[in-house]
Amino acid sequence: MSSVGLRLGVTAASHTYSISCCYYNAMRLTATVCFPRQEIMKWNGWGYSDSKFLFNKKGQAEFTGKRYRLSGMVLPSLQDWFENTFGASVNHKSPATPALNASAVPPASLNEAFVEDLKATGIPFSHEAEDRVFRAHGHCLHEIFALREGKKFERVPDLVVWPICHNDVVKIVELACKHNVCLIPYGGGTSVTSALECPPEETRCIVSLDTSQMNRILWIDEKNLVAHVEAGIIGQDLERLLNESGYCTGHEPDSMEFSSLGGWVATRASGMKKNVYGNIEDLVIHIKVVTPRGVIEKSCQGPRMSTGPDIHHFILGSEGTLGVVTEVTMKIRPIPEYQKYGSVVFPNFEAGVACLREVAKQRCAPASIRLMDNEQFQFGHALKPQVSSIFTNFVEGLKKFYITKFKGFDPHQLVVATLLFEGDRERVLQHEKQVYDIAATFGGLAAGEDNGQRGYILTFVIAYLRDLGMDYYVVAESFETSVPWDRVLDLCRNVKERINRECKERGVQFQPLTSCRVTQTYDAGACVYFYFAFNYRGLADPVHTYEQVEHAAREEILANGGSLSHHHGVGKLRKEWMKDSISSVGVGMLKSVKDYVDPDNIFGNRNLL
Amino acid sequence: MSTVCASCLNILVFLTLQQRDPMLKRDGFEDILEERRNSSDLKYALRCYAPVLYKGVTPCKANMLKNIVLQSDQLHYVVNQVSQESGEAPDIIQEEASVILEEMAHRLQISTVRFFAFALTKAFKTLFQHVCVNEEGIQRLQQAIQEHPVVLLPSHRSYMDFLLMSYILYTYDLALPVIAAGMDFMGMKFVGEMLRMSGAFFIRRSFGGDKLYWAVFSEYVKTMLRNGFAPIEFFLEGTRSRTCKSLTPKLGLLNIVIEPFFKGEVFDVNLVPVSISYERILEESLYARELLGVPKPKESTSGLLKARRILSEDYGSIHVYFGQPVSVRSLAQGKVNRSKYNLFPRHIPRKPMEETQSFVNDTAYRIVRLQEDNMVLKPWVLMASLLLQNLEGLELSVLTEQTLWLRGLALSYAAFLDWPDHAPTAKVVSSSLALHRGLACVSGGRVSLVVGEPLGPVTPEEALFNRAVSVLSCASYRNQVLHVFLRPAMLAVAMHTTASSKKNEVYNCFSFLWNMFSNDFILCPGDTVQDFEEACYLLVKTGAVQMPQQDIEMTDRAVLWTLEFPKVVNKFYSGKLSCRRILSEI
Repeated sequence: MSSVGLRLGVTAASHTYSISCCYYNAMRLTATVCFPRQEIMKWNGWGYSDSKFLFNKKGQAEFTGKRYRLSGMVLPSLQDWFENTFGASVNHKSPATPALNASAVPPASLNEAFVEDLKATGIPFSHEAEDRVFRAHGHCLHEIFALREGKKFERVPDLVVWPICHNDVVKIVELACKHNVCLIPYGGGTSVTSALECPPEETRCIVSLDTSQMNRILWIDEKNLVAHVEAGIIGQDLERLLNESGYCTGHEPDSMEFSSLGGWVATRASGMKKNVYGNIEDLVIHIKVVTPRGVIEKSCQGPRMSTGPDIHHFILGSEGTLGVVTEVTMKIRPIPEYQKYGSVVFPNFEAGVACLREVAKQRCAPASIRLMDNEQFQFGHALKPQVSSIFTNFVEGLKKFYITKFKGFDPHQLVVATLLFEGDRERVLQHEKQVYDIAATFGGLAAGEDNGQRGYILTFVIAYLRDLGMDYYVVAESFETSVPWDRVLDLCRNVKERINRECKERGVQFQPLTSCRVTQTYDAGACVYFYFAFNYRGLADPVHTYEQVEHAAREEILANGGSLSHHHGVGKLRKEWMKDSISSVGVGMLKSVKDYVDPDNIFGNRNLL
Repeated sequence: MSTVCASCLNILVFLTLQQRDPMLKRDGFEDILEERRNSSDLKYALRCYAPVLYKGVTPCKANMLKNIVLQSDQLHYVVNQVSQESGEAPDIIQEEASVILEEMAHRLQISTVRFFAFALTKAFKTLFQHVCVNEEGIQRLQQAIQEHPVVLLPSHRSYMDFLLMSYILYTYDLALPVIAAGMDFMGMKFVGEMLRMSGAFFIRRSFGGDKLYWAVFSEYVKTMLRNGFAPIEFFLEGTRSRTCKSLTPKLGLLNIVIEPFFKGEVFDVNLVPVSISYERILEESLYARELLGVPKPKESTSGLLKARRILSEDYGSIHVYFGQPVSVRSLAQGKVNRSKYNLFPRHIPRKPMEETQSFVNDTAYRIVRLQEDNMVLKPWVLMASLLLQNLEGLELSVLTEQTLWLRGLALSYAAFLDWPDHAPTAKVVSSSLALHRGLACVSGGRVSLVVGEPLGPVTPEEALFNRAVSVLSCASYRNQVLHVFLRPAMLAVAMHTTASSKKNEVYNCFSFLWNMFSNDFILCPGDTVQDFEEACYLLVKTGAVQMPQQDIEMTDRAVLWTLEFPKVVNKFYSGKLSCRRILSEI
């Protein structure tokens, strides 16, 4: 066992944060995303305040800041792509409200007795409007849109508390029960299921329990290759800190820059490299949860147990309705010796899916394998930074010529699979050959590491791009599902068609962008991820239109054999389909657990059920 | 029923009628023969033909299509299943499947189509005055073909139907359909193969228990549909209606073409009802004889050649109306839960679920009803109706007057009547009589049915038989208009029978009649209330009935009226009763 109580070093802007109420515990900071998050993160958009896309005076797109590979670069083709795809124009701006209007925030309705008792515990808290608003939403389109428009908030948390350890949480939950206060756990705030929205009908005082200060790795056990970690830790910090000791978890959801370990557990998260490391349910060995009934945990760390239904599975995916995840023991692995990106171009989506299916059948999927459709391929290309030399330009041209002219691929049909291999060098090379050989039998052509890597960059900047879109009358969102292999193509085609049709019927004046990628492979099926965006000029209520279309798209997914969600969760956005998804007896089972664990609905975010 | 406010219902019915009522929205017709009469037939047959296909798919060669079918998971599954049940090796069963497919499959060839285009043009120009097509319908069809797999569902009154359909699609540069045809045609040497090469595929009349046959057949049809290689065409009525009354639909093929939608294999399927109306049916007297028990002549090439003599007669005009494409997706909205198909592998054949079955049944009836709605009716149809009410004949002037009266009534019931513009009624009547001189004749100012062949001595049996032939032939024209009057007539009979003004009593009787006739006429399952309201609406509209609140009362005009059309309904009714009596005596 090494480095017990490994505290996070101060990395990002360290600062003091003085607010009206008291912080008894001095700054115990800070992770990459710090205590008063809104200081380095956007209050009405995705990610860091310093990183954003914009069209400069020449009309060229730029990505500001220094944090990403694309940061500081000019992206010459983005404007054309953007204008052509959406019928938008860089001259038609739809700017956001510059700052939060405090008068739009309902006053905090505090439970005085609770606040008194809370003060006595010394746990920091705040009822500043900014703190409360920041924790009143996730990143659904309607949430961000409302923030940008400066709409009045119906209900936001009345109070934010920052427990710093498991025992703090125990105290808070006890006090909440004692004073009948509603608790909503808040991790990274990256929810896209309306899970963080406060139920407007909630009349009790709502307390947002921000786990961000519970961010320590408590111990690492190298013999068993597990680490015991506080659940508020953010993905990138966890990975960075483990890396310092030569380890990693390998759990890399697309939101890992901002999402928290506790959030992953609460939503059944999935990481990009699950083929090697597994999804969150495969990674956790032990979970500690504070509920109104008391603390749930197992008595040992046996790697598998036959002790009735696994209680972890009541917690995994419970979406904050049962309690707060405080500590998690999870598997770790030595950092892989070698990493290599790759990509394969296929003549069309059908061939690509057939190839991924075969790879899954032979169980030789690389750490990550994703198939982007033609729209996404073109999107990716629009994000190519300015090429510095004539030579690279020339080489790019040659490549394009080879694929489209020599090999006869139709540029409006071809799709690309992006790959990421990990392991020791020799094995990676061997593995790479195996995958490329399979791809070749489906007409796939190796298309280089660079294309592969670009695909993964898109993943991290896509949410920033949505903010850019919203600056120019374009709304966008993503959604996902999982589906058996034999239905992948039918589902993708039908969902896209349904979206196009619904948009037309609902008066969307411009052709929407619908794009999908097969983003995870399993033995029996795949996870499919959709992007959907449209230019909303001429629509009275774009968000409502958007929601109707998304609703229709979800119905189409369900009718085509897709699941309600692969990893985003249900939240409040998809509750209406729970009964159809898991049967009413199934819903009853979950309800009875909720009734036992939390009879007074202290954890009253009303997700899931 | 009676709890619902009557006026609300009326508004509702009015709205649904507005939607259904094609009067306002019916398209105009173009005569496609006109151009043929003024230009070279050969040039026409050889002209460039490049139809647009579904989402721009490349057309599929007949052989490639067969391979796709033979290698499908669906077929493999059944082959293995049959092999296990019979103990035969899978290879042998697979070979059997291949033979079945060989017997079934079309071999569409453009050269054959061109031959038909040439030959049919010649024939049509002699047989018919006009072949009229609604061009807007063609445009809608063209659009539909590009967006979704299309199923063409024409009415079936004549052997002509499917050649005519392909002819029209060829004329408008649309994708040629593949047509489900009965195996009987295969018996025709040479001609069977010609039909096959013009897009017909042949299915056995019955193959109830034959799993392998069913698998090959359904997979063959579905493969064409899913890929959108060609519009699929078949006759919902299953066979030619010998009485010109729409037959209750058969569901087998409709089930097959709808299933890919439920299984998510296609986004939607468009059903296009096509109404083909003949002013004079080629098989006119043949049908009457068949109905009287003379066996149907076997389809044979020599028979066809003998039938050449029909070429010397005038068969008036044909109207072909391509209806609004019906989206299966929209129809199924809220009726069928597609996710029920999620838990079973899609390649394993299954009996359709109850929900699906009733949906398909419903759809079939609705389509046939749409066919009826868009059937063009000629003045002769009204005249035939009147003649049948007066079998002893009637004064020409009376016939003319009554035809005019009936025309007004039919029009107010939204009948699709093709009445020559600006022609005096007398002229319309006389030219109809001229065209149908084989059925009716005028002598001494009286119009009566022609009874049998006028030549040679006849036995009393033969005379009776001949008379029956002309009555039945005439009835087959009368039957074309039945759908227009059916609902109001049933209501009138119900009112007459109950002799009550209580709406619910009348409704009960109506409902009884409705159920009784549900196999004789196209009455959509579950539509009793709607049909009743529609009937009320129409009778009120024509002033035959008043409906104060919950009551329903006849007005004076209705008295005259009820003497006429409900007789037809009554005739069917008593016919049914006497059949039952005869059957029980046997």
